[in-house]
Amino acid sequence: MAGLELLSDQGYRLDGRKATELRKFQARMGPFAQADGSAYLEQGNTKALAVVYGPHEMRGSRSRALHDRAVINCQYSMATFSTAERKRRPHGDRKSTEMSLHLKQTFEAAVMTQLYPRSQIDIYVKILQSDGGNYSVCVNAATLAVIDAGIPMRDYVCACTVGFVDETPLADLCYAEESGGVSSLALALLPRGGQIALLQMDARLHQDHLETLMEAAMTACKGVSKVLDEVVRQHLREASMLTRE
Amino acid sequence: MNILGIIIIMLKSKTFVKKTRSGGVMKVVREHYLRDDIWCGSEVCAECKQDSTVLQKDSLIESNLCPYPHYLVPDTNVVLHQIDVLEDPVIRNVVILQTVLQEARHRSAPVYKRLKDILHEKEKHFYTFTNEHHRETFIEREPGESANDRNDRAIRMAVKWYSQHLEIQKSNTDGLKIVLLTNDQGNKQKAEEDGLLVYKFEEYIKGLTANPELVDRLALSNDDKNEITTSKVLYPEHLPLSRIQAGIKNSSFLQGTFRASRDNYLEATVFVQGEGEDSKEVLIQGLQNLNRAVHQDVVAVQLLPRNQWVAPSSFVLQDDGAAKDDNVDEDEEEKALRLSAAEAAKKPTGKVVGIIKRNWRPFCGMLNVSQIKESTRHLFTPADRRIPRIRIETRQSATLAGQRIMVAIDGWPKDSRYPNGHFVRSLGGAGDKDTEEEVLLLEHDVPHQSFSQAVLSFLPKTPWAITPEEMKNREDLRHLTVCSVDPPGCTDIDDALHCRELEDGNLEVGVHIADVSHFIRPGNALDKEAANRGTTVYLCGKRIDMVPELLSSNLCSLRSNVERLAFSCIWEMNHNAEILKTRFTKSVINSKASLTYAEAQMRIDDTGKNDDITKSLRGLNKLAKILKRQRIEKGALTLSSLEVRFHIDSETHDPIDLQTKELMETNSMVEEFMLLANISVAQKIYDEFPECALLRKHPAPPPSNYDILLKAAKSKDVEIHTDSAKALADSLDVAKVDGFPYFNTLLRILATRCMMQAVYFCSGMDSDFHHYGLASPIYTHFTSPIRRYADIIVHRLLAVAIGADSTYPDLMDKHKQSALTNNLNYRHKMSQYAQRSSVAFHTQLFFKSRGILNEEGFVLFVRKNAIIVLIPKFGLEGTVFFDSKGKVSPDIVFEEEGPTLKVKHHTFHIFDRVKVTISLDDSNIQHQKIRMALTEPLIPGVSVPAPETEPQAKKPKLDR
Repeated sequence: MAGLELLSDQGYRLDGRKATELRKFQARMGPFAQADGSAYLEQGNTKALAVVYGPHEMRGSRSRALHDRAVINCQYSMATFSTAERKRRPHGDRKSTEMSLHLKQTFEAAVMTQLYPRSQIDIYVKILQSDGGNYSVCVNAATLAVIDAGIPMRDYVCACTVGFVDETPLADLCYAEESGGVSSLALALLPRGGQIALLQMDARLHQDHLETLMEAAMTACKGVSKVLDEVVRQHLREASMLTRE
Repeated sequence: MNILGIIIIMLKSKTFVKKTRSGGVMKVVREHYLRDDIWCGSEVCAECKQDSTVLQKDSLIESNLCPYPHYLVPDTNVVLHQIDVLEDPVIRNVVILQTVLQEARHRSAPVYKRLKDILHEKEKHFYTFTNEHHRETFIEREPGESANDRNDRAIRMAVKWYSQHLEIQKSNTDGLKIVLLTNDQGNKQKAEEDGLLVYKFEEYIKGLTANPELVDRLALSNDDKNEITTSKVLYPEHLPLSRIQAGIKNSSFLQGTFRASRDNYLEATVFVQGEGEDSKEVLIQGLQNLNRAVHQDVVAVQLLPRNQWVAPSSFVLQDDGAAKDDNVDEDEEEKALRLSAAEAAKKPTGKVVGIIKRNWRPFCGMLNVSQIKESTRHLFTPADRRIPRIRIETRQSATLAGQRIMVAIDGWPKDSRYPNGHFVRSLGGAGDKDTEEEVLLLEHDVPHQSFSQAVLSFLPKTPWAITPEEMKNREDLRHLTVCSVDPPGCTDIDDALHCRELEDGNLEVGVHIADVSHFIRPGNALDKEAANRGTTVYLCGKRIDMVPELLSSNLCSLRSNVERLAFSCIWEMNHNAEILKTRFTKSVINSKASLTYAEAQMRIDDTGKNDDITKSLRGLNKLAKILKRQRIEKGALTLSSLEVRFHIDSETHDPIDLQTKELMETNSMVEEFMLLANISVAQKIYDEFPECALLRKHPAPPPSNYDILLKAAKSKDVEIHTDSAKALADSLDVAKVDGFPYFNTLLRILATRCMMQAVYFCSGMDSDFHHYGLASPIYTHFTSPIRRYADIIVHRLLAVAIGADSTYPDLMDKHKQSALTNNLNYRHKMSQYAQRSSVAFHTQLFFKSRGILNEEGFVLFVRKNAIIVLIPKFGLEGTVFFDSKGKVSPDIVFEEEGPTLKVKHHTFHIFDRVKVTISLDDSNIQHQKIRMALTEPLIPGVSVPAPETEPQAKKPKLDR
């Protein structure tokens, strides 16, 4: 039988979006009071929770401390109930270690770590429900959490996955698209300056297509940044209303 | 930048459970966005903000059912079954709902493909409405509702929305309406309750007053079928798919492709693909066991117990009963089948228990008009003998009789002797040359329409000249004495050669191939069309081009005394034809002469001539002889097949004479260098792209293929060794019988029939590269890019390898490459078949004009009731039957070992020399055939007296 048709002739994707459209965003900043910063983000059916502690003194082995900037410590995990099959996910499996490392690299590029020498910033991200684009949703959620914690960053870090189907780049892939044999690329971008914080692609793609795909990823990331900006401003408005009273 | 929140009003989650492969149950949650920006696509509408409209404002079809302008909305079953009618240009302004499109996609890939083609056609005004994502037409499946019911409801919902939407439009002054077409009684009733306009498809089509012929093309729906068939159940029920799958899993059934026998309608084989070499064939015999399978279907078979196994009959049996439903005669025929079978020859035999996938396509053929004059039901006889007759209903039998028509099968109920079908279109009068050509192109699936505007738009502008920039990137070889050698009348010259002596005494040899890949750029419409066509097809007196004529006969053709772009392969060789250096380059050449084989041969032989071209030719010829010797020493085979050439009358285009092709030294000279170029290029592209080089291989045949050759040779006390290609080549060389000079050629013809097909493949997908016939470890096609698409791909690979061009994604994708080779192999095979059929057709035309002829021939095969005779003079093969229907067959004894056939006192062996009389049998206009009858040896009651040969009156014309 024929597989799924990822992009119809009329230009609609499986879930009814057009090629460049992102999924619906829903976000809340500061759901937890105890942490220094926190955020909850839904991008379609992918839901992530990010929590930030710090900057604080080095915990554990002090020898890891850097004399000129802060150390960023990231931990990524997936809830047992996050996928269709309930699965216990032990800490430190290969996939989540790799993801943690990617997050760390992304935020080292964005957070102004030189302001906090010899200290540590912890970022914990948990995927509550997974429906494609886990990495990008984590980055976006963590950005909101870092902002919530009041840690200075160079810019928002916005991430998005894009895939390539029938010579057309698709933005913000859902799980069905990701698993449908599409070559996908994840990009984390500092949108104002256009610097790339992280770029990851595991699939094969002909180099001729790379440029169009990057172009699409950049546009999508800029779209994400608009949404995040709106979320932060909305949050600030609400917070200032409260403090004024 | 679109951020969803702006347009999307609602967000739904689709939740459903799915069974996984391991048996677990998985819950799948998917998002489903509903949009406000999906437009209706109608010209009438002022509300929708659409850029362009598809559906016309005045969409009138002359109809007494719907006298007002209307749009049609067919449901899924209408689309699936009546696609032939929907394809008609009369049917326009149709809304295809997304629900329907998706269902069609799941249920039938060919229909889906055709539907998409219609949607792309501008004149048809078919519009796809994405109703599943429209906010107002999306519906959720209710508890307890089946998926089909939900889809029907979704269709009704969309129709309702459309009619309300159009009704409120101000500009809709003509009362434009929406008409739902469905054949489902329940759906129709519910739609009527909802106040929708709904008709059955048949009702609607019958109401089209201006186009009554469409009625014939309706597929028969269920309630119609009951009328035609008798109540007698003729065939066993097919098993449901679930049971077939279970059966295949526990290996009580086998899955395979059904191949009907060409000679015997009661026999077929099912080819079961196994892992690696482990494929086998299952024999099926008898109507009951064949159980309504049609040639090329994928079927499930069950093996019969060993004691019921039979041997394939050597009988030639044709289903030529008139429209008979009684199967009395057939029982007898079936009995005849079972009579004799040596225990050893028995093969695994089985019966078809179910059909996994039908592979029906429209078939060409002719109508057998029913004897009852007013009857509208007729039998249709396909041109392909492997396809059963089809029962169709038509009112135009009087016009269709004597015409070639196309018919599609709709279904085959178990109580009907023949499948039911419907008329698709007429091709023209039978026997017309054009019609017959069209038929053979259609039957062999050769794309032969003229090139579309989109394709032609990618051609270079004329007048065309080589630009200075292009010149800079290429090597200028215009000063070389290049010439081309081709058959007479060839206009698509894709290769040219040169040879010159270098200062150090070595020879420089160049093969220059037309640079087609310069003109056909990857991915454009021209490239796609060429990739689909795969090859140029040569019929007698006609050429079906792979690329438009501007390229094939002009810009790419390496004609003499014009500057042409070429891809050159240049070797430095010593006088022993050892290659010292090989290089490839894109170049510009200027051919000094276009010669025919005969002209080139004359120049070489004429010692008086000493110009540059002749010297070049002599050098080439000398090297070619050495190369050929080396190749034969390595074990390359020289096989033989008779090729005939027709001399075609320049005005009537009828064949006036026919001769077997002659081979000259120059033929083999060109061939040697082409082989050398192909091998050099194959090595180069494989070194550069081990994963995605396009190569050609020729597998060694399995030993059993040689049985017939060995037996035949043994009958003349000649030993043939088949252990290796070299052994075979050597033993063929020494195989000679005194006083029988033609014996060797006959043996080689037989050996050719034992060979496997050479195929293209992608190097990353296969490990066996060997080319058996050429005894080369690696081979590809590089030298004919004008007429073969494989060569274009090879050119592109080579261009990338030498840095002359850039790569593109599909070229580096071994799976896409592999899919391409499959198509090329298929097209190549089909073009060969088409070519053969064309030769056969022209042979018939020829014999029609010649009248009766007496010729000498040789027995090529011996069958149970016939011998097959080859006439070397015409390269013609024919069957001499010894038992024709209605005549008592003389006592015939068939001996499997040998094989020999004893008729009365005379015993026929393979290679026997016989004399036959040839005439054209046009009693069956569809299958006109060459009839041969024995004149020598004389067997009373069997052979016929030699009749007077050709009518005198025609002689002067023929001798011209």
